[in-house]
Amino acid sequence: MRVKEHPILGELEKGTLVEIRVDGETIEAVEGEPISAALIAAGKTVFRYTQKLRQARGVYCAIGRCTDCMMVVDGVPNVRTCVTPVKAGMNIETQYGLGAPRRSGDETH
Amino acid sequence: MRHTEVAVVGGGPAGLSAAIEAASAGARVTLVDEHQRPGGQLFKQIHKFFGSKEHRAGVRGIDIGTQLLQQVEASGVQVMLDSVVWGIFDERVLGVIHEGRNLLLKAEKVILATGATENALAFPGWTLSGVMGAGAIQTLVNVQRVLPGKRILMVGSGNVGLIVSYQLLQAGAEVVGIVEAAPNVGGYGVHASKVRRQGVPIWTSTTVKEALGAEKVERAVLVTLDDKWQPIAGTEREIKVDVICLSCGLSPLAELARIAGCEFQYLPALGGHVPLHDHDMQTSVKGLYLAGDVAGIEEASTAMEEGRLAGVAVAESLGYLSAAEARGKKEAINRRLDELREGPFGCARREAKEQLCGSMAGWRY
Amino acid sequence: MALLKEGCLDLEELKELPGVPSGHRLAAGPVAVIECAQEIPCNPCEALCPHGAITVGQPITRLPVLDEDKCIGCGLCIAGCPGQAIFVVDETHAEGRATVQLPYEFLPLPEKGEVVNGLNRAGEEVCEAVVLRIQNPRKYDRTPVITVEVPTDCAMEVRSLSLRRD
Repeated sequence: MRVKEHPILGELEKGTLVEIRVDGETIEAVEGEPISAALIAAGKTVFRYTQKLRQARGVYCAIGRCTDCMMVVDGVPNVRTCVTPVKAGMNIETQYGLGAPRRSGDETH
Repeated sequence: MRHTEVAVVGGGPAGLSAAIEAASAGARVTLVDEHQRPGGQLFKQIHKFFGSKEHRAGVRGIDIGTQLLQQVEASGVQVMLDSVVWGIFDERVLGVIHEGRNLLLKAEKVILATGATENALAFPGWTLSGVMGAGAIQTLVNVQRVLPGKRILMVGSGNVGLIVSYQLLQAGAEVVGIVEAAPNVGGYGVHASKVRRQGVPIWTSTTVKEALGAEKVERAVLVTLDDKWQPIAGTEREIKVDVICLSCGLSPLAELARIAGCEFQYLPALGGHVPLHDHDMQTSVKGLYLAGDVAGIEEASTAMEEGRLAGVAVAESLGYLSAAEARGKKEAINRRLDELREGPFGCARREAKEQLCGSMAGWRY
Repeated sequence: MALLKEGCLDLEELKELPGVPSGHRLAAGPVAVIECAQEIPCNPCEALCPHGAITVGQPITRLPVLDEDKCIGCGLCIAGCPGQAIFVVDETHAEGRATVQLPYEFLPLPEKGEVVNGLNRAGEEVCEAVVLRIQNPRKYDRTPVITVEVPTDCAMEVRSLSLRRD
C-alpha cells in the first residue's frame, strides 16, 4: 500500500510509472524505486524460499545487508531487491534456494 | 590507484559533517557512500530534533539532511555514491566497488563514519515475511512511501521503537502495541506520551515469544517476563498482527575498524564493542579516525558534532588549520557535545566515552 | 513513576512539574501547560515565548519553568516543542466549557466545527470535543495546533483527539 498523503512528507510525488513482470504477472512500478518497494506496494510478501527448508522470506533490513529479499532479476539470481532500482520491462522471479527461478517440480510446502 | 587527502567512509550525519569541516579548511576530501543518495538515516527522521538552537533543535531530521547536502556540494567534496568500501589495507588504502568495478583509493587520513547495525531478536517464526527491523520500517514508510502492513507490533520501547511507532501512525497504520522486556519504558517520556495519547498501549515486562503464520506473519504470541527476564508460563496471549517490528538496539558497524586492526573496548552504554578513539576521534591505528554511531551508539546530533571534531582534527593534522584555530573549533564542538551528553539519558554515554578516550591515554603509534 | 511504567504522566506527577500552572492560575484564564518531566538536553520553548514566561537556563537539561504571571496563553510555544509536550488551557472559555490547544500531526485534519473525541494521555475517549480552530502556518513547520472545546473538568485531561468519521 502506497502512502499517498502524509502529514509531514506531503503528497507523494508522481514518479514515472513503468511496467515490470513479477512471476509472469505485469505490475506497475515507479521507475527508480527499489524493486522491493514496488512489490510491497503491489501486495507481494514472499520474495524467495530458502534452500533446505523451503521457508518463505520477505524484507527484513531493507538496506542491503541481510539478503532476505533476494530474487532472480532478469535471469540473474541473488539480487538484493531492496537496493536495486526498478527499470522498465524488468523481469522479476521468486527465487528458490540458492539461485534458481522456479522449475517444474519445485514444492514449496 | 586513486589518491585523496581525506577519505570519509559513510555519508550519514557524521560523515557529511566531517567532510564539510575538512573541505572547508582546505583539504581534498572524498566521501564514499554505498547508497544512491547520502544522508544515512537522516532522511528517515521526520520528527523535530531536541537540543538547543546550536544543535538545530526544533528542525526536522529530513531538513537538517537537506542542509548538509547543500553544504557538501558547496564545499567541493568529491562524492562517490553507489560505492561500497569493502576493505581497508595498510597505509590507508581502501578497496572500493564503484559503479560495479573494483578500485583502490589511497588516503592520507581516513574517517570511518559507517554508523550502526540493528540488533536482531530471534524467536520461533522470526524469519516469516513481515518480521523486520525498525530501520526497515523507516526506510519503507518515510523514504519509499509504502506500508508493509496495517497492524504492527513494535518490539522495544527505546527512542527508536517509540519514534517509529509514531511515524507508523502518521503513515496511517495501526500500532496494536509496543512490548518492552524491561520493567520500564526505555526511551524519552515525551516520545512515549505521543503514542500513548493516540491509544497505543505499552506493555512492559513483556516480550514476543513466537510469530505465527503460514508464510507471513498473521499472529504474535506475547508473554510476560518476571523480574529475572524469564517468561512466566501461562501468561501467553495471541494478538493479530501482520508486521512485527524489531527495535532492540543498535551496535556500531565497525567491521572496517576491525579489519584495520583497531583496538576495541566493550561498553554496553555505547552499544557493545566500540573501537578506541582519543579526543581527536583518532583510533589506535594512526591516521584512522571515527565519527558517529560507529564510535558508540548515540544520536544524530552527537554524530554531527563528532563528525566536525574528526574533520577539524584531520585538517589540523594535514596542516590546513593551525593549532590555535583547531583548538578554538574543538572547544566549541566539545562544549556542544557535552551538552548533549548531560542528564539521566546522556550521562552513561558520557562516562563510557571518557573510558574510551582514557584507554588511549599515552597511546604510542 | 507512571511515566516510566505507563508511558504517560498521571495527574500526581503533573502537578509537581515546574511547567504546570497552579489551579489558581488555570482558573484565571488561558495559560500554557508544559508537561515536560525528564532532564533531556532541550530548550526551544525558552526562545519561542515572546513574553519571557518560559525559563530553561543552564544546563539545558533543566526542566522548563513557567512564570504564571508572564504567560498569557498565546500558544506560540506549542508547535515548536520537539516533544509535543506543551498545551494551552483556557478554563474561562464559557460556562462549564474550557478550550485546549494541542499539537496534532496527523491526517486527515478535522474541520472547524467538527465534533471529535477528546482523548486523555492514555488515549482513552473521555469526552466529546468541538474543533474551534486549526492553525497550521508555515512557521509551525507542519505541526498544526488545534483548539478544541471540552467540558471544563476535562481540560487537564484532553491531550489529543480522534475523528468520528468512518
